[in-house]
Parts: sequence; structure tokens; C-alpha cells
Amino acid sequence: MSEILEYRSRLSDPASRKFETFSYLPSLSKAEIRKQVEYIVARGWNPAIEHAEPEHAAGAYWYMWKLPMFGQTDVDRILAEAEACHKANPRDHVRLIGYDNRRQTQGAAMVVYRGKVE
Amino acid sequence: MSKASAAAAGGRSYSAGVKEYRQTYWEPDYRVKDTDLLACFKITPQPGVPREEAAAAVAAESSTGTWTTVWTDLLTDLEYYKGRAYRIEDVPGDDSCFYAFVAYPIDLFEEGSVVNVFTSLVGNVFGFKAIRALRLEDVRFPIAYVMTCGGPPHGIQVERDKMNKYGRPLLGCTIKPKLGLSAKNYGRAVYECLRGGLDFTKDDENVNSQPFMRWRDRFGYVMEAVKKAEAETGEKKGHYLNVTAPTPEEMYKRAEFAKTLGAPIIMHDYLTGGFCANTGLANWCRENGVLLHIHRAMHAVIDRNPYHGIHFRVLLKALRLSGGDHLHTGTVVGKLEGDRQATLGWIDLLRERRVQEDRARGIFFDQDWGSMPGALAVASGGIHVWHMPALLAIFGDDAVFQFGGGTLGHPWGNAAGAAANRVALEACVRARNEGRDVEREGKAILTDAAKASPELKVAMETWKEIRFEYDVVDKLDAAKAAA
Repeated sequence: MSEILEYRSRLSDPASRKFETFSYLPSLSKAEIRKQVEYIVARGWNPAIEHAEPEHAAGAYWYMWKLPMFGQTDVDRILAEAEACHKANPRDHVRLIGYDNRRQTQGAAMVVYRGKVE
Repeated sequence: MSKASAAAAGGRSYSAGVKEYRQTYWEPDYRVKDTDLLACFKITPQPGVPREEAAAAVAAESSTGTWTTVWTDLLTDLEYYKGRAYRIEDVPGDDSCFYAFVAYPIDLFEEGSVVNVFTSLVGNVFGFKAIRALRLEDVRFPIAYVMTCGGPPHGIQVERDKMNKYGRPLLGCTIKPKLGLSAKNYGRAVYECLRGGLDFTKDDENVNSQPFMRWRDRFGYVMEAVKKAEAETGEKKGHYLNVTAPTPEEMYKRAEFAKTLGAPIIMHDYLTGGFCANTGLANWCRENGVLLHIHRAMHAVIDRNPYHGIHFRVLLKALRLSGGDHLHTGTVVGKLEGDRQATLGWIDLLRERRVQEDRARGIFFDQDWGSMPGALAVASGGIHVWHMPALLAIFGDDAVFQFGGGTLGHPWGNAAGAAANRVALEACVRARNEGRDVEREGKAILTDAAKASPELKVAMETWKEIRFEYDVVDKLDAAKAAA
């Protein structure tokens, strides 16, 4: 039996905050983000970008980056918008969403740029 | 006195007794109406009873008929009100029984009453002497009837919004040992699971309000655990507070208290608690904005025998009509019974808007749910991280995977067990989205994810050898014939 490791999380440590899907995995690489965008496009979902300060990320509403990219299937254009949002808000979490309008839900939602936690 | 013994008392043969049923209740030319409630029974008749007669007897006894003609029959329009058997089919590979299809006019059932439908369909007829065994395989609820029922209090989309969970299945855990913990120690187990990365924890079904842990104490400690885990992780969390109780009054009292504490979700056992209590509680949940998790204790007593009882897909339809936002559906891969194709069929019936007849999945009728929300399928029972790829492949995103022993049994404790499951789940979802075959490549996906998660690595070492590979007892008839 291996030695027991503590599972560390603290109220006092902002780094303990998670942000839902994929937040328990290491940050996605550029190539990995591209594959997730391809998945959203392949499902026919509408991509969208949102962002929030890490300390204000718990609520239902983040800041919307422009508008959802309805009908956009160009993966490079979608990635460029995510990057533009990140450049304009370098401290923030940036989230990629795939709106499934048929089922009235988000088929995918994941943070693709992780904000800075002080 | 039953029909059969009445016939014997009259000195006639057994088949002569059921012949009267056939004259009135067997109508092979009948054209089913869109508003009819349709049922498929698997009938094993007594020796010597012809199929048409047995089918007609079932139609009669589950609708207007009784064992003899009564003069008051002539005061109504029985032609309009009666149920009728309209089709008979062979059961593939088994000539001891057959399928009988029965149509019931919608007027036979009180609006919005699952109680009333089942009192008719599976009432006295299941003890009928001319029938050796009887199983209700499927029911088509007409859209006109569906729309009289409340259905799930919130449904999948609303739950995802309320809980902020998108693009993946949810993760849960039933707190163990199921009986005997004090309320404070129980809350500790909840807190550890939730801070480690689970979305939900769950009361075991037989945790109600025993002397060692009264419900009010449990609710208080558990909600403190939920709130602290939410603050710590920044994610939405919940614990299914079981409000199953000896009386409806007590059930509502517990539900009200859960709401006062800010609980996002409560729980009920719909078969032991009963359809009446469940429908009332679902209405309460809708009015009060509380999600409703449904457990199915007692279901295997009713649904496991392939020849007698009610198939689970019918019990599931009853729950979707009565109301619940989650329902346990089996895991296929864990410790409890569940055929893969049959499970795929009934989780469609739980979640989708419209489901087509598909005999390969045990679905006998098209079922249109109209605007009624769907509910999340809950896979629970003997599952651990190694099952994650198969669970994702079988259930997709609209499900809750509940690892009890598979979380609490982690050598480093609940939080580590929870984190292991969360990492495994997210790794599988990411791989699926990338177009990989998660079932075939499961081992590589998990092994790769474990490189960044010591919790997952230890979980994989702990449960490597556990398998539950017994054959299922209740196989689909179509699958048995193929074998």
C-alpha cells in the first residue's frame, strides 16, 4: 500500500476553485482545444465565447464575448475569437461553449484559457 | 369465483369458459386509434387454452369485463368502453408463451393518474387462473394522455442550468455504510466526496429516519457539507436528501425542511413509496423549484422474471409520467442486472422526446412524449473507474454515474476517490469529443490521465481485478432467439 496523500483544497486558497468540465484535467493544449472546437462544429452547435474574473466565476452569467457565432463552422475563426477574448482579458477565465439550440442547452462548455489566480 | 371455475361449475370444458371472452374481446380487424392506450402482454396460458381466448380474457379482465354477464352491461355502450385484444405474435424462440396486443379507449383512465392506469392494467388480471404467467412488456401512452400528466418537475435541460453542468455526465456517490452512521459522521463523508469533485452525493434508499440518525439531524449536517464544498470548489453541489417516509404528511414535512435549508435536490423511492405519493411529491418539487431524484427499490421483484410481472421499461414510463428528474436505470456493467440493448432502449424512453418501435431494444411501440421533459438516467451499483469508458459509451452525457464503493473505497479516502472519478470522467469525455473510441481505447485513456492524477492511478490499481460478468436473467426475447 502506497503512502496516503492528502487531497488538498482550501476555502482560503483561490487555486482550489474549479470551473466545471475539464477543470480536473491539465490545461488543454492548442491542439486539444482545436479538437474540441471541431467537435462542437461537427455536432452542428453554435460556438460562443464567454469570460469572467476567476474570483467572480461562480454565477450563471459570465461576460459574453461579442455574440455567439451562429452558423460559424470555420474552426480557425472560432479559435481566433477565443484568442482575441483572451488577449483582451488576460486575467480572466475564457470559456468555449457549444449551444445546442435544438435541445435548448449547452452541449459543451469548457474553460480554454485559465485565468490568473492571485 | 373466477371465470375458469365458473365454467367448471357449469359442467363445461375449460376452453368453453373463455370462449365468451373471445366473442367480445378479440377483434383482429380492430384499427387502433391515436388516443388508445396500447399494451403488449406476454401471456403463458394454461395448457389447452387457445391464444385468442387467453388474449381476449386478459383484455376483458383488465378493462370492462367480469366473469359473467350482468344486466347493467346493457345500460352502457360496452362496444365503446371495452378494451380489445387486436393482435397476437409469437415470442421469438419460445412457444410456451406469446405476445398479445390490447387497445384500451382513453376514457377508461382518470386523467393524470398513473395510479389508475396501473390499477386497471396490472390489477386482478395477473392472478387470473386461465393464465399461467403474465408479463406486461410495454405500454404506448397516447400523447393525449401524456399531456394530462405532470411528468418530471424540471427535466434535463433545467437541471443542467440550475446545476451549471454541461457537456458531460454528472457524478454521484451513495454514502456508505448505508446504515448506522451518526448524522455528523455522515455529513463528513458527504463533504469529503463533494470537495473532491463529485456533483452529488446520495442517501441510501433505506436511510429514512432511523433511531441512529433522524432525518432532521442528517439534513442539517449534510447541507452544511454541501455549502462548504460549494464555497471551496466554486462548483454547484447537491445531496439527494431522502424524504421517503411512512406517510405523505411526513414526506412533505421533510421536503419543506430540505427546501428551507436550501437543498437543490431531494429524493424518493417511487415503488415502495407508491405512485400516489410520488406524483404528489413531483408536483411539490415543481412548485418549489427542488429537483427530484428517484430510486427504484422493489423493482426487481416486479420486473426480473421474464414471464411474469411488469417489464422495467413500463415502470420507467410510469415514473416519467408520475414525475422525477433522475431515475435509476441500471449500469449494464456493474453488479446489478441489465442487458445492454434493453437498457439502451429504456434510457431513450426516459430521456428522448419521441422513441420509435425497435424490437432489437425491446421497444414494442412508438412513444411520443410531446412537451414532457425527460429525466437523467442514473447508473449506480458496483461501478468503479475502470467502468468509466463503457459507461460513457452506453449512457452518453445525460446521465449520473454513481460510484459508492468506487469513491468511498479509495485507499486515500473519499476526496481522493471523488477526484479520481472526476479525472477519469473528464478524460473519457475529452477523448470521446476528439473522436476516439473510448470503449476500445479505455485503458490507454485512463492510464494517460493517471499520469497527472495520483488519485486516479491508485484507484486504477485498487479496482483492477473487479468484474461483474454474470449472465443476465432477463434477456430480450429477440436476443434469446438469436442465440
